[in-house]
Amino acid sequence: MWDYTDKVKDHFLNPRNVGEIEDADGVGDVGSLACGDALKLFLKLDEHKRIKDAKFQTFGCASAIASSSALTEMIKGLTLEEAKKISNENIAEYLGGLPKEKMHCSVMGRDALEKAISHIKGEEEKKIEGEIVCECFGVTDREIERAVRENHLTSIKDVTDYVKAGGGCQNCHEKIQAIIDGILGVERPAKKEAPKLTNIQKIRLIEETLEREITPTLKKDGGDIALIDVDGDRVLVKLRGTCASCSKSELTLKHYVESKLRELVAPELEVEEVQ
Amino acid sequence: MNVIYTDNNATTQVAPEVLEEMLPYFSNQYGNPSSIHSFGGNVGKKIEEARSKIASLLGASSNEIVLTSCGTESDSTAILAALNSNPEKKHIVTTRVEHPAVKNLYEHLSRKGYRATFVPVDKDGNIDMEYLLKNLTGDTAMVSIMWANNETGVIFPIPEIAEEVKERGIVFHTDAVQAVGKIPINLAEVNVDMLSLSGHKLHAPKGVGVLYVRKGTKFSPFMIGGHQENGRRGGTENTASIIALGKAAELAAAHLDEENTRVKTLRDKLETELLKRVPNCIINGDRGNRLPNTTSIAFEYVEGESILMMMDQYGICASSGSACTSGSLEPSHVLRAMGVPFTAAHGSIRFSLSIYNTEEEIDFIIEKLPPIIERLRNMSPFWQEMKKKSA
Repeated sequence: MWDYTDKVKDHFLNPRNVGEIEDADGVGDVGSLACGDALKLFLKLDEHKRIKDAKFQTFGCASAIASSSALTEMIKGLTLEEAKKISNENIAEYLGGLPKEKMHCSVMGRDALEKAISHIKGEEEKKIEGEIVCECFGVTDREIERAVRENHLTSIKDVTDYVKAGGGCQNCHEKIQAIIDGILGVERPAKKEAPKLTNIQKIRLIEETLEREITPTLKKDGGDIALIDVDGDRVLVKLRGTCASCSKSELTLKHYVESKLRELVAPELEVEEVQ
Repeated sequence: MNVIYTDNNATTQVAPEVLEEMLPYFSNQYGNPSSIHSFGGNVGKKIEEARSKIASLLGASSNEIVLTSCGTESDSTAILAALNSNPEKKHIVTTRVEHPAVKNLYEHLSRKGYRATFVPVDKDGNIDMEYLLKNLTGDTAMVSIMWANNETGVIFPIPEIAEEVKERGIVFHTDAVQAVGKIPINLAEVNVDMLSLSGHKLHAPKGVGVLYVRKGTKFSPFMIGGHQENGRRGGTENTASIIALGKAAELAAAHLDEENTRVKTLRDKLETELLKRVPNCIINGDRGNRLPNTTSIAFEYVEGESILMMMDQYGICASSGSACTSGSLEPSHVLRAMGVPFTAAHGSIRFSLSIYNTEEEIDFIIEKLPPIIERLRNMSPFWQEMKKKSA
């Protein structure tokens, strides 16, 4: 269940200004069926170029409908310049707040308003600015940057909550993180690749590790281990002493010997016992 | 306000008889079933009674029943046990429409070196058998396929699938969480190695589940600890809930006929009347091959959360396959696997009934829902566009 405020519930159950304005001066149309929400905003101006009437049609969840209804109430009587200053945060505040996962509903309201104003001003339909980062929801790097800056976002999940980017297949998560890091000025060290060992280096390191780390521990329990061969990533060993007859030898090999070798030599090693 | 509960695939009400049965084990009957003294031992006996009732619901024997904490634990135990007993095999098979308890574990395993095959379904939600059989190889360690789908109620042909899988010497597990108690299941005749069920889907409380493990199936425990459950699941038993599940199993067997007659009739009425009264709605899933209690209805051009929130005003409880209800952004993976178009997937509502639903309740939904859909459609830009186009 979503924790919606009473104001959200009120604007959802009794939405204001639903409908269409036949002779609208501006129309802003955002979202799509595939995305799961969409808003069509109609604006009508009076002789002083103030917003005389605003109506909406919305497909979406309760908070999408409430955000649309709130937006139409907020902008009535404003000049276009005043209306332009309304941010998604203002819409959410008007409703007494929205659940974080639903902030994209307020962003949709803001986007529709901007589009309708541009339409009135006769500005050309802005081409998609920037490059698409999230293919699932068609979100560009510019849109993500703007959401991060305006709402002080700090994580990928934040970005998903506000503009949906990253909420689908998740393949763009690295790119989104890079955008956030760029804005926050965080530098992340590139992942260090472990240097590849040559075969001889690998065998020597395995021998050393067995001698230094593993054999002393096994000897405490009266056991011992001998390296028989190394074949690629397979380490063939023979357990001796008490280990050889111990019913837990399989566990010793897998949980102790193998994990030590993986930790200290190479993560892809597999230890096998030769009989 | 009255609650009209039609969300029984999510969870069910604890049956009054079940509650009565379990209550003493929260108060004066608090002994440890493993104790030697009779105060504890008597609780142990009750657990064995419960085990035998569960076994008889499934057509199994008591020693094949492992008690767990939930359906998810049963699924994890079964899948990981099968992999442990076939360590050299690295291929696992399931379907694209599984519950997250299986789907997410398979995705996890596929990041850990396993190759996972997700068998597709057709537009009615029926499994692509040819694809399944083609993908069973010598490297396949196990197959896990749900008995019935939680969102659409579509039933998979588990007896046939089990035969094919077992013929190839592969371990077969089925998540029967939605099927048990709704359709007849007789494991004496169906060749599954392991089967999961969950208490709270059949009028027992939350927090108890069962893993059936066929005699002779190689097994290793998921929870390692004490000797409980014959060493197959360590940890002191959830005594009250297990005893409750025993009672619920007994009731489920007794109510199976009612599920398939009266409950089915109510479901069919709900479906038929809504289809009659609301234009542009579609049933998701094969209508001839479903659980008797489930219907998934897609109301085109409106969004599911809004429908649920408006029904909530009348106390009607149901679920949605829409993205917005779960906090995720994409609609249900089940509906997408079936190729349900976005126009319909976002507006899909699942009603799942139980023997506690009455005809009055169904009539109430039939009366209240159509105006809700109309109201939301009048707000929807896509509905307006569609009307203009068709005008």
